Amino acid sequence: MSDLPLSPAQKPAGARSWIETLGLAHILLGLFLLIYPAMASDFFLTQIGGYSLVLGMISLSLMLLAGYGGMVSLAQITVAGAAGYVVAIFGVNNSGVHGFGWPWWVFVPLAIAIASLVSALIGWIAVRTEGIYTIMITLAVATACFYFTQQNYALFNGFPGYNGLRAPEVFGVYWRDPVPFYYLCLAMATLAYAAVLYGARSTFGLTLQAIRDNPRRMRAIGFNVTAHKVFAWWLAGLIAGAAGVLLVWFNGRISPGTIAVGPAINILVIAIIGGLRHPIGPFLGAVVVTLMQTFAIDIIGAERFNTLIGLVFLLIVFISPDGILGLWERFRPQAGREDWRTFRTATKQVGNKGRKT
Amino acid sequence: MADASRSTPKPLSQGQGMTRRQGVGLGLLVLAAIFVWMVFAQWPDWLNAILISKKAFLSAILNGLTLAGLYFLVASGFTLVFGLMRNVNLAHGSLYLLGAYIGYEFAEWTGYWLLGVAAGFLILAVVGLVMQVLVFRRLEGDDLRQTLVTIGISVVAADLMLAYWGGTTYQILTPEWLSGAVQLPIVTAVRSNGTEVLLVYPFYRIVVLVSAIVIGVGLWALVNRTRIGAMIRAGVDDRDMLAASGVNVHVVFAVVFALGAGLAGLAGVVGGSALSVAPGEDVRYLLASLVVVIVGGMGSIVGAAIGALIIGLAEQIGLVYFPTYGVVLTFVIMVVTLAIRPQGIMGGTR
Repeated sequence: MSDLPLSPAQKPAGARSWIETLGLAHILLGLFLLIYPAMASDFFLTQIGGYSLVLGMISLSLMLLAGYGGMVSLAQITVAGAAGYVVAIFGVNNSGVHGFGWPWWVFVPLAIAIASLVSALIGWIAVRTEGIYTIMITLAVATACFYFTQQNYALFNGFPGYNGLRAPEVFGVYWRDPVPFYYLCLAMATLAYAAVLYGARSTFGLTLQAIRDNPRRMRAIGFNVTAHKVFAWWLAGLIAGAAGVLLVWFNGRISPGTIAVGPAINILVIAIIGGLRHPIGPFLGAVVVTLMQTFAIDIIGAERFNTLIGLVFLLIVFISPDGILGLWERFRPQAGREDWRTFRTATKQVGNKGRKT
Repeated sequence: MADASRSTPKPLSQGQGMTRRQGVGLGLLVLAAIFVWMVFAQWPDWLNAILISKKAFLSAILNGLTLAGLYFLVASGFTLVFGLMRNVNLAHGSLYLLGAYIGYEFAEWTGYWLLGVAAGFLILAVVGLVMQVLVFRRLEGDDLRQTLVTIGISVVAADLMLAYWGGTTYQILTPEWLSGAVQLPIVTAVRSNGTEVLLVYPFYRIVVLVSAIVIGVGLWALVNRTRIGAMIRAGVDDRDMLAASGVNVHVVFAVVFALGAGLAGLAGVVGGSALSVAPGEDVRYLLASLVVVIVGGMGSIVGAAIGALIIGLAEQIGLVYFPTYGVVLTFVIMVVTLAIRPQGIMGGTR
């Protein structure tokens, strides 16, 4: 908005201080997350903090596809699961099947690479059709993968899957201990979050958003629509793959149940509850869902958690299509407007520059 | 790979249409002849060696046909609803499972299996009607939110059904007159003493197959030969124009949704009698419906029949000949269809 004197739109880009570049909200959130371990118990650190960040990252990969690409995928947990299975097969497991015992610095990049390729492949299948079909096809893919891992013992060890997957010990630190694991998740999540924020303002991100809004026109201008979409899937696969590695370290195991239809829908629920407009949405949604998952026992008993989460999801879809972020936009305090505005204007500015060069 | 996807929706050139169709027809005839020979002829040893045995092969085919009938019953409702309302009902599997449970309860309570079937159809039709009026009418024209809502409904429904009926597996008992097995006039092998071994198949499964065909023909006639069918087809093509020409589209929508949900419920009872009723079946049949309509083409009854036939046969043949990779076969069929014909075999261009 033009009435904001400090808006970066009016200043040359080099003159911005780092506080403005990052945004006050980001700095406060970052500080809180950094000192969170000092005030949280181990349970809150790992089961809520770490787990939310991991789920948030998987949902972030969905937000990237849905929010910027208009492709709502239900196969993100499948991609994460692919990374998890690579970790189980090439790392060490207790199940006595495979477990090549490769060092972590080999199998972690391998896991993420394979997951991103799986994602690109799913994307390549899914982008053949548009809109609502993407949900159907990715759901079909996710379900088929679930049944396949359940039936196949040669590669995926069937129904039991793999147990005893331990995070590595590097620099004398066991990375599954509460505090290191939390910081590991935080670092990865921050990286993914920043990458998505940066990517959204990049030439590629803007092209992708333009394709979302009008694929036909973009094709006519001469953009390769399919290639852009598949590349977005590949990028989403990197994030989901990294989250998948963290997820198996968190759980210590991977089985077909990890990538079943329930968890796949759960990822979508998280993203929708949080909101698909901004990359912070999936993390918000993940925190809300994880807290609900933990404390639902007190409300309606542990058994009926799915009913609760389903009803909350329905409520959100009905009253606020943009999730918690949408609610926030509607009811936020007036003073808070600046940050979001500057973010928007900044997006627009950088975007225009990107398009002209 | 990017280029390949762009060039696929190439229309067939007009001049080639006839010869191409003749070629396909000839190929199908040859395949049909080979198939008829395989069904009725004595198999030579080499064929037995490849395909395990004639009995295994024919059982797989028959099971595949039965399953196809079941899949068709589930998927036809799904495809009807989608074709008319552009509403991807991901709660369709839940409707199937609910129908199965209700059929079980009614059959137990009244002692008549047919009443269970009727109840499965009618109650689910009412459920579908309520869903349409209370939920989907409010979100008309918003595909994504409608789909999200159906996902939410399926989550809640699965959980509530688990709460009420528990995790145990139920079997809906078929009545006396449907039980037992029949001998089909197909010789599977000849014993060394010269007696012929006939193929034995459960009578109930044949009934399932026949009723699926009857319902399929009925649906086709309803859509293609009646007034309401004309409205449905008009609605598939252009909803706004149908409304403008004085038809109350909401009534048409409600009828179609009730019919689709009812068919899912009916399939639930029928399928629950042939197989079993347990939590998780909803996902299985949702997947089946999705793949069937993706392969067959959205919004087409004939497409649903073809898709169901392909998927049912592929699943059962896969089960016999490469057990752990059966799902992959289904999956490959879906991917190949999407690669060659993204709109499905019978899907129109949109």
